[in-house]
Parts: sequence; C-alpha cells; structure tokens
Amino acid sequence: MSKRRTERLLSIVVLLLSSRRYLTAEQIRAAVSGYPDEQEAFKRMFERDKEELRDLGIPLETGRASRVDDDLGYRISRQDYELPEIHLEPDEAAVLGIASRVWQSAELAGAAAGAALKLRAASGEADGDAAVHPPLGVQPRLTTQEPAFGPLWEAVRDRRPVTFSYQASGRSEVTKRTLEPWGVVNRRGRWYVAGHDRMRNAPRVFRLSRITGPVKLVGPPGSVTVPEGTDVRDLVKDWDKPVSYDLTASLRVRADAGAALHHWGHPAPDPATPGWDLVTGRYSDQEWYAGYLAQFGPDVVVLGPPELREAVIRQLKGALA
Amino acid sequence: MSAQPRTVTSAERLRRLLALVPYVAARRVVGLAETASTFGMTERELIDDLNLAWCVELRAPEPYCPIDLSYEDGEISISQAESIARPLRLAADEASALLVALRMLADATGPGGGDGGSGGDGGPVSRLLAKIETAAGAAGAASSQVTVQQFNSKRVRAVADTITGALAAGRRVHLRHYVWSRDEVTERDVDPMRLLVVEGRTYLEGSCRRAEGVRLFRLDRVWSVDVLDVPAEVPVEAEPVDVDAGLFRPSESDVLAELELGPEARWVAEYYPCESMTELPGGRLRIGLRTPDTTWIRRLALRLGEDARVVSPPGLADEVRAAAAAALALYE
Repeated sequence: MSKRRTERLLSIVVLLLSSRRYLTAEQIRAAVSGYPDEQEAFKRMFERDKEELRDLGIPLETGRASRVDDDLGYRISRQDYELPEIHLEPDEAAVLGIASRVWQSAELAGAAAGAALKLRAASGEADGDAAVHPPLGVQPRLTTQEPAFGPLWEAVRDRRPVTFSYQASGRSEVTKRTLEPWGVVNRRGRWYVAGHDRMRNAPRVFRLSRITGPVKLVGPPGSVTVPEGTDVRDLVKDWDKPVSYDLTASLRVRADAGAALHHWGHPAPDPATPGWDLVTGRYSDQEWYAGYLAQFGPDVVVLGPPELREAVIRQLKGALA
Repeated sequence: MSAQPRTVTSAERLRRLLALVPYVAARRVVGLAETASTFGMTERELIDDLNLAWCVELRAPEPYCPIDLSYEDGEISISQAESIARPLRLAADEASALLVALRMLADATGPGGGDGGSGGDGGPVSRLLAKIETAAGAAGAASSQVTVQQFNSKRVRAVADTITGALAAGRRVHLRHYVWSRDEVTERDVDPMRLLVVEGRTYLEGSCRRAEGVRLFRLDRVWSVDVLDVPAEVPVEAEPVDVDAGLFRPSESDVLAELELGPEARWVAEYYPCESMTELPGGRLRIGLRTPDTTWIRRLALRLGEDARVVSPPGLADEVRAAAAAALALYE
C-alpha cells in the first residue's frame, strides 16, 4: 500500500513540475497510476495526497486550468520547488556532518539530517570526509526530553497561541495558562518558552519541564505578533538573573575539607582551633546559602551573621528529622 | 536485510527519494554501499527505492518513464531525472534545526569559526552558515526564535577559549579541577581531544595522564587551565565517549538510592538523571538515582534538609542523620 502511495505521490510531483499549465484533478488522475475508478473514493484520496505533498513543503499551487471554464488546476513552480544553487567546500561538508548530529530530539533530529541530505544532494561531489579534514574539536548536543517541546516549537514557528497547565517551582497547585509564545530558549541545558501570558496580561517565562499535561495550539497560524525589539534571550536572563553576592559570612572550615569554600574564601588558619581555617563566604540568598553550607556537614561552622547560623541549624535539624 | 525492518511512512519515503535522486544525479556514478550509509538505510532498502523511482510512469498525454537509472557492480547512475534532478527547498523545520545547530557551533568555536584561529576569510562554520542562510531564505526565519546559550558564565567561556586554542595548537594542558561529589581538588595533565556541549554543560574530553584514560572535565569546575609547552599525545587507542548513549551510563553494580522530594525540592528531578520518578500526593515526588558513589547523595540530602528524605538504602539515610547530628553538635 505504502509503496504504491509513494509511487503515486512521486509521479504527481514529476508531472506537476514538468507542466507549465495548471492540470486539473482529472488530468492528474489520467496521467498517474493508482487512483480508484469510483469518483468519491478518488476525491478523498486526491485530497489526502495534496495535503501530504504540502506537509512535505512541496509548493503546490492552485489556479484556473483553462480560460473557458472555472475548473481548478494544480502545478508546482520549479523556482519555488528547487533548492537554490549551493556548493560546499569539503571542509564545509565536514562541518555540515557535525551540525546535522547536534539535535538529539525526536522533533528536530530528523529535520536536521533531512536538511543535510538535501544540501549534499544539491552540492555535488565535494563530500566532506571527516577523516581527511581536521575535526572541529567541538561537538555540541541538544536534547529535548520535555514532551512540551514539540508542540511549543510548532506554535513558535507558526505563531500560534497555546494553552497548558503549569506547576511553578515550590508550589503544589497547577495553574492553567494561555500564552502567545515569542520564542524558545535553551539556557544551562534547560528549555524555556517566553511570551505574552494572557491571564497575567504581561510577558512571562515558563520552564518546559514544569508544564504538566498536553500543550494545545488554540489559534490560527500567524495570530501571534512578537513585539518589535523583543529579545527572548533577555527575558529568560532577567527571570533567572545572575545574582550579586553582596552578603558576607564568616565561616570556620576544616583545613582538609571544603575545597570550594577554601578556593573562593581567602582562608587563614584559625588561631583558636588548630586544624580549622577561617574563611569568608559571599552569598545573596540566605536560605539557599544555608542549604549550600549544610551539605558540608560537620566540616563547616557558621560564625556569623546570627541569622545565617540559625538558618543552617534549621537546615541540619530538617535533615535529622 | 536487518532483523527489524523500520517502518517508513510514504511521506518519509517520498522525502528521501526527492533527495536521493538528485544526490545520485549530481554525482553521475556513486557507490551503492556509500549511498546507503549516507541516507541511513540498508542496501536492500536503497535498491527498493531505486526500483520505485525507476517504475514511475506517466500515462498521459503520452506514456513515458521520466526517471532512468541503473545499478550494477555496486554502483548507481542516473541518466535521466527530469524535473526532480534538483532537491526540494528546505522546509521550515529543516532550515531552523540546521541553523540553530550551526549557530551553536559558531558560538563554541569562537570568531574563527573552526579555522583554528588562522584568520582569513572565516572558518568553515561561518562560511557554511552564510551559505545555508541564503539557500534557506524565508524557511530559516523561525530559527531566530530558538536560542541556545551554551556557556553559562564569562569564566567558563574563557576556559573554553583557552582549551580551543590548545586543541588547535595540539598542546597538552594542566588543569586544576574540582570534584564536587568528593569535595576535592585534583591537579592533572590532559591531552585534549574535543569540547563537548551536552545538556547545557561544556566538558573537555581528553586523555588524562594521571588516570591513564579518557576522562570528561566539566568546565565550570575547572578552576584553572594552563596550556603547556608540550605537544599533546592522545594515545591511538583512546576511545571518544559515545555521546549519543548519554554521558553518564549507570552500571548494574551501581547503588540505587531513592529520595522523596517535597515541592520545594522538585528541581532535583530536573537536575539529575533519574532512573525512576513517581508522583506522590501533595506535589511530592519519589525519585531513584543510580550511582557508583553515594557520597554526593549524602551531601545533597543535607543540602535539602526537611525538603527531602532518603528512603533507601537505609545505611545512607543513617549516614545523613549522623552527619547532621555531628554538625549540630558543633553549634552547641
């Protein structure tokens, strides 16, 4: 079945690319094999075929097939169909190979590989041989484990609004959001989507891994407008902004432990307790830093400030419970 | 034929054929085996595709076969490909996926674009990027709505640049590297092999003189790097890490540690590769982590305090409580 269908679709592409005129459905039916005799079945099959060709990105045009009557016809403009001339040098072809393996996601790995094949097909013989050309020395990988990535990418690409349920960090309740997505960003290995949140009527950023349940596309393509001058990267950066470490802690750290605390903290031996160093710690968020210090267990004692000392004691009591 | 034939939809197969025919046509003669491997298919599948293209027949107005090709002695040639001799334009997904990947490469290799810092007309990465942007046209527009930030600080960027320089010059480097899981600093000489960027973290893959093997070093934990005046000698038997299989593959002999996380600690499940994850009432989550060394899980549990609880192994839960008790004693 599938083989005959592929053969039929390929025949339609060859036929319509070679014709300057618009060909009617009947003319197409007469030229290619595989359509049923029954009219309704033919119409249904032809509709599905057209849809499939358009999904592949084949620019199927519709126009009047004749001057005398209003019959609709189809053709494919060669100029719109063909990949423009491109020639790759061998070192560029080698880079193309590396680039086509960056995506590890179901959604875009196939697309990148498909693009690379088209480019190599267009470029003729200068195939890059990784063994001949010095390797770039880098191999980035992009993964998208979040199920929300697929529909959100589609929404961003086609400029369509979406709805989804979201569980914000540290909250147990889930809220329903409607978003006009402006772009997706990968930062520190995590995917975010930024856009206009209709409920809050303001720009918002969402982490994809915290989206629960399916993402639904709710508007027609082209119905999202990205405001002029928006840099999605900046939105994500603001939301997850680098902190300024302007609070200071004084710590006592065992001399042979707490390597990271020693490295950043100007250690000096503690004259009062041999085997221990006095170290300065810099932080911005007390609760976060208390957790960070607690991980060193009995290798660190907070001398001050008292609030931080109390926070670490609370943290340790929590671990004891 | 492979034991498990993949099922290819008619659309995927058509997409492949529309690239395969021009690929062969542009080259006059190509090897069957080489073409099959380029297209990620078996030779049997390739021959099926070639037969399918060859069988295309248009019946009207005059019957004719638009595609003429032959394959023999392991070689394919196409004498007539008619209107499909050129590949189809890039679709939006294709153009975007490739452009995003190339911009990551350009960012990772720096301004030279992979030319090893020799300057001139730009490296192959920037040249290829420019060519594909032109060829893609409007189909590449959506790629600007996907951005990837690979280096999370200026310091990591600087370490990466030093290592890229060492790679280009073929030199050995000296690292001071912090091992977070054991809270210790190690000093080692490494012959760099490549930079890997995986899940937002950058790693140096290199042959470590001290460990006498290939090791990965997370750049944000490299406290200093010096390029040595010694040529790098990567042993021929040094095997690069198979990135596709995942950087950290748990082994059967690893310990399975189970933690119960409160809502405040859910980020842990996003940060570490979990073997299992079960939602519990009240936004709580139970996760399973497999690891050869539980030291870091003890540290993690202390850090999370009341927001997490070690469920198993029981010995680890005892260790956490003992460490917390010993630390609290210092405040009495």
